[in-house]
Amino acid sequence: MAEKPGHFGEFGGQYVPETLMTPLAELTASYGVYKDDASFCDELAHYLKDYVGRPTPLYHAKNLSTHYGGPAIWLKREDLCHTGAHKINNTIGQVLLATKMGKNRIIAETGAGQHGVATATAAALFGLECRVYMGEEDIGRQSLNVFKMKLLGAEVIPVTSGSRTLKDAMNEALRDWVTNVRDTFYVIGSVAGPHPYPTIVRDFQVVIGREAKAQINEAYGQDPAAVVACVGGGSNAIGIFYPWLNSRVKLYGVEAAGHGLDSGEHGAALEKGTKGILHGSLQYLLQDDFGQIQPAHSISAGLDYPGVGPEHCYFKDEGLVDYVSATDDEALAAFQLLSKTEGIQPALESSHALAYLEKLAPELGEHQVIIVNVSGRGDKDMHVIAEQLGLEI
Amino acid sequence: MEIGIPYSDPLADGPTIQKASETALANGVTTDTVLEMIGEVTKKRDVSPVLMVYYNLIYRYGLERFARAAQRAGVEGVIVPDLTVEESADWKTVATEHGLDMIFLAAPTSSDERLEKIAAASSGFVYAVSLTGVTGARTELPPDLTTFVGSVKSRTELPVAVGFGVSRPEQAKEIARFADGVIVGSALVDLIDKAAPTTRPEAVKSFAAELIGALRGK
Repeated sequence: MAEKPGHFGEFGGQYVPETLMTPLAELTASYGVYKDDASFCDELAHYLKDYVGRPTPLYHAKNLSTHYGGPAIWLKREDLCHTGAHKINNTIGQVLLATKMGKNRIIAETGAGQHGVATATAAALFGLECRVYMGEEDIGRQSLNVFKMKLLGAEVIPVTSGSRTLKDAMNEALRDWVTNVRDTFYVIGSVAGPHPYPTIVRDFQVVIGREAKAQINEAYGQDPAAVVACVGGGSNAIGIFYPWLNSRVKLYGVEAAGHGLDSGEHGAALEKGTKGILHGSLQYLLQDDFGQIQPAHSISAGLDYPGVGPEHCYFKDEGLVDYVSATDDEALAAFQLLSKTEGIQPALESSHALAYLEKLAPELGEHQVIIVNVSGRGDKDMHVIAEQLGLEI
Repeated sequence: MEIGIPYSDPLADGPTIQKASETALANGVTTDTVLEMIGEVTKKRDVSPVLMVYYNLIYRYGLERFARAAQRAGVEGVIVPDLTVEESADWKTVATEHGLDMIFLAAPTSSDERLEKIAAASSGFVYAVSLTGVTGARTELPPDLTTFVGSVKSRTELPVAVGFGVSRPEQAKEIARFADGVIVGSALVDLIDKAAPTTRPEAVKSFAAELIGALRGK
């Protein structure tokens, strides 16, 4: 798919300090060996099954389907993964790779804290030292996840530079890596960063789509009409989309519209961004006329990122995926709807994907099937939701 | 003379330059302001300014437009800390057309093969990054610096200048024994930050004189 290794069309690449080029080459080479290594694959499969809890169910949400009165809506239940989100599919894979490469120190960035918790969990499992960088702003918003990471034995470092959110945490993790490059493995949490990360993270998340495709074919004997997933950096979306690229299945990636796409306060890099370089790769991003990165906004900390994975940028330009968006309010309404109709409380990130059903469900017929990726569960968001609804916990 | 254009996400820089960039951006400094400032100086003085600029600022401005504006301001070379040789083809074409030197960075982790590529792609001088890490003052120079700089020098006729972590005259003097140039950034920024506004030019002048004194007395 890529024109030259590490590129997706013109996107991606390795725009990093020279110091990182050798470790990136080492990572590319090691991953190249282990991804096809039978014992590595068996070990990973074992942990995904018995530790993460895969395969996750594909659940026919009949009440929600009845609510919309049209197509059959099925939910891919990544919220049922150990630690409560799809993030662990990737961290188990990367930390296992780190152990094979002989790296004994793990670092990661985190926004909402889900990737941080998933990395700290994997590091605890494999007995490695773990340090997680988190923006000071996010530490305030996600204190429960900070507490969890500490209990898992990770050191959480508050990042006070820039906008004090995910992008700055990623800058700081990259600075740590540049400094401690010889013994450290940087576990990136989304399909972002320099090559080979977007490819590695995608490969570790494709398990979502592979399972969903087999599950829906078993249930219906055919593919769905549409698949919907939220897009921040884009790892859960690329994971579920991948097996259906270049097919008749319509793929919808839902970005955060925040207070509205024209409000200037959103996270819709694909719809509203321009091309630029952030965290080592060429992508669409939110920036001003001089190339200064602009802060994103979303009710969900996991979608609060000014860039987006380079392969999604390629999909957009090639017309392989439709990128749409949902506002904070629409996501909040979708969260409440799924809670009440199905007794499932999705993460606010995943609620953006569910919110798009308002537009999509009426367009499809009764005999058609939509799969929505419920990428995570909503426990971490309860205080944000309470605040938005004017309630106290 | 190296001048940095402030960037919102300076991932190769330590706390000093990060803070300076944030302050500059908050005060409304842009790519245009910096280039205008350089233009003012080059009109009056015979200096050879080199820009330190993250690639996104060049990319967003437009490669051609950026190179033209830099050339007009009297810039002689450009250091792009996050542009590797592999990704530099487009910028090389444009920079060469406008007579701008392309100063690539060589790192202690660079393989021999990479050092060859870096030496071949560079013009003006080669920037040897003294350590694995970000910019900012350190008390000690890395022990293997001499070997590393020697390894870079053996691959190029260009001068090799050492930067990252160099802050004191005695360090500059030490480096001058085996390198062709010394780059001091964060220490100057710190100095400006700590000095009272009216005494800043004098403070910079006397620190620069100390550094030059240390080099001349080698």
